[in-house]
Amino acid sequence: MSSKTVTVPPAEGSLSRRGFFMKLGILFNGFAAIVLALPVAHFLFSSITRGRENGYLSWVRLGDVDTFPEGETRMATFRNPLVMPTDGQTVDTACWVRRIAGDQFQVFAINCAHLGCPVRWFAQSGLFMCPCHGGAYYRDGSRASGPPERGLFEYPYKVENGVLTIQAGQLPTPGDPVASLTSEKPPCA
Amino acid sequence: MRVINMRVIKKIGEWFDHRLQLAAPIREAAEHPVPRNTASWFYVFGSAALTVFLLQLVTGILLALIYVPSAGEAWSSLQALNHQVALGWFIRAMHGWGSNFMVAIVLIHMVQVFLFGAHKFPRELTWVIGVFLLLMTLGMAFTGQVLRFDQDAYWGLGIGASIASRVPIIGPFVVKLMLGGPIIAGATLSRFFALHVFVIPGLLIAFVALHVLMVLKLGINEWPMPGRIVRRATYEAEYHALTKKDGVPFVPYAIGKDMFFAAFIILTVAACAFYFGPFGPTGQPDPTITQTAPKPDYFFLWLYALLSLLPPSLETPFLLIVPPLVIIGLILLPFLSGEGEKSWKRRPIAVVTVLLIAITLGTFTRMAQFTPWSPHMNAWSGDPIPERYIHGTTALERQGALVFQVKQCRNCHSIGDTGGQRGPALDSVAVRLTQDQLIRQVIQGGGNMPAYGNNLSPAETTALVAFLETLHPAGQNPARDAARDLVLSNEQRPAANVRDSTVGPR
Repeated sequence: MSSKTVTVPPAEGSLSRRGFFMKLGILFNGFAAIVLALPVAHFLFSSITRGRENGYLSWVRLGDVDTFPEGETRMATFRNPLVMPTDGQTVDTACWVRRIAGDQFQVFAINCAHLGCPVRWFAQSGLFMCPCHGGAYYRDGSRASGPPERGLFEYPYKVENGVLTIQAGQLPTPGDPVASLTSEKPPCA
Repeated sequence: MRVINMRVIKKIGEWFDHRLQLAAPIREAAEHPVPRNTASWFYVFGSAALTVFLLQLVTGILLALIYVPSAGEAWSSLQALNHQVALGWFIRAMHGWGSNFMVAIVLIHMVQVFLFGAHKFPRELTWVIGVFLLLMTLGMAFTGQVLRFDQDAYWGLGIGASIASRVPIIGPFVVKLMLGGPIIAGATLSRFFALHVFVIPGLLIAFVALHVLMVLKLGINEWPMPGRIVRRATYEAEYHALTKKDGVPFVPYAIGKDMFFAAFIILTVAACAFYFGPFGPTGQPDPTITQTAPKPDYFFLWLYALLSLLPPSLETPFLLIVPPLVIIGLILLPFLSGEGEKSWKRRPIAVVTVLLIAITLGTFTRMAQFTPWSPHMNAWSGDPIPERYIHGTTALERQGALVFQVKQCRNCHSIGDTGGQRGPALDSVAVRLTQDQLIRQVIQGGGNMPAYGNNLSPAETTALVAFLETLHPAGQNPARDAARDLVLSNEQRPAANVRDSTVGPR
């Protein structure tokens, strides 16, 4: 057996049996890599692909309309529509609800439009203030001062049978202010 | 007996080395000749960084025995480490302080290498890999802060997401990839755990090995002499001649100071851990608790300050353009100045650049410890106006002081050194602005001040401005509009304007 395996150097340009087999091996591994890469990529980027069809947003109940006095701004909390078993308290989200009059509302994200810190409402001066970099907003959410380049993010809302619901489910960020995409523009804009 | 023991050990050693064949290359590496004057205290920071990295590996593994990387339980597992597990607090403190020391030592090492010209030919690639090691060290610092899953970590992730979202076109996708979902939640912590514990440490180990290998292969940078010029054509021969003429084996001649400093650093980290204790965790990562003012860890404070002080329109371009430019600049540095003088004594621009960067980062870091740009959220209810400012004032002015307090003006304006510093201190505002200017500023805002027109009744505005007009140092008259005084002199003056200007505070 061993005497028969003595290699004969291949002629210039021709393909030896071993060389061919190595190339086939590389090709076969490439095929295996592609077969594996597709599911891995799908797994890795699933958090993006799901969001593309707005799969994250849904209508969330905030509470009875009557719990929000007219002319006032109150904090409300809701549970994020998508919950994973390991999320703990992080799925509980806060927002600011301003009841203008009757069924007319404005629901603001808690996140500052600058870098996402939690803004606080000061009823006496009618301002939202951010503790991080000092952004301030008026009661209608429009920018008052500081580093933010826009007003507060707003959730689309609807009132049905005396219950206030908002469309939520995604962290609003300056580059992706999901919350305000479908809502009416604030009166000042 | 002793001799037999030694002989047995030697036999076992030989048995292993016959199979491993590692003794010869290890001895060669240990005894490779280095220039005599590199056995200096200035050359200990590289090995110190390696020492702290190993310390981080060990303490990190120890923490992983208890820590639970789940958004629902991470915070309570840290509490258990702090309070329930024997010396858990100490291991946490060692890891936290080790992290601070590692960033600091890597930066010092980098400055020393740059000032001693060690990045020049033929050590360009060693420098480039060093730049990657710095970035990975900062990456470890940030991801480590996230694993301390408390309020600061939660809102810090929000800041990271807000910055990432500003990248044109792909920003929103980057955010979802970073968070592992639509919000900061369980998946976010899990992937930062994977980064902090598997991905970045794996890369770090590989790159550290390459970095050290290149130091061994290319030799330790000789002590730079002013006038000794690096040329690509001749340097390696010169270095070889130097190590031959005036070289010593690395072990045992040069390693002594490294070993001493390594032990010193470990003990210093342990002492800091023992006296100052572990970092946090602060409040629970509950997004509905908004009574918080999140702040990054020490080595990102300069960025925190920068994000507050940049003009809003410059912020996004700055965030997206400057960091890549800095990284590219650092990588290109050894290729742009690969030859020439090594000594810092003949490289004034290099020295000035290092000083400028150090002073800038230091100043921003210092400012971020005071955060003068943040409103004091509780000043309006917690810092009363000092008594001397309302002593001997009229009822209207006192009412104004009340308006000043209740309308949260104090959150941004200090009086008598208490209150926020977002806006100017108002102790002598009456000297700067006339009555009309005060009214205009309060109603319309401007500069960096919100307009209060919708939130003050005419009566409240009148009272507030009357109070503000009393704010001037004794002996310094409040600003007056002469033309207006003339008009008013023909009418009956309002009571608030006839007060003797010397009856002010102080």
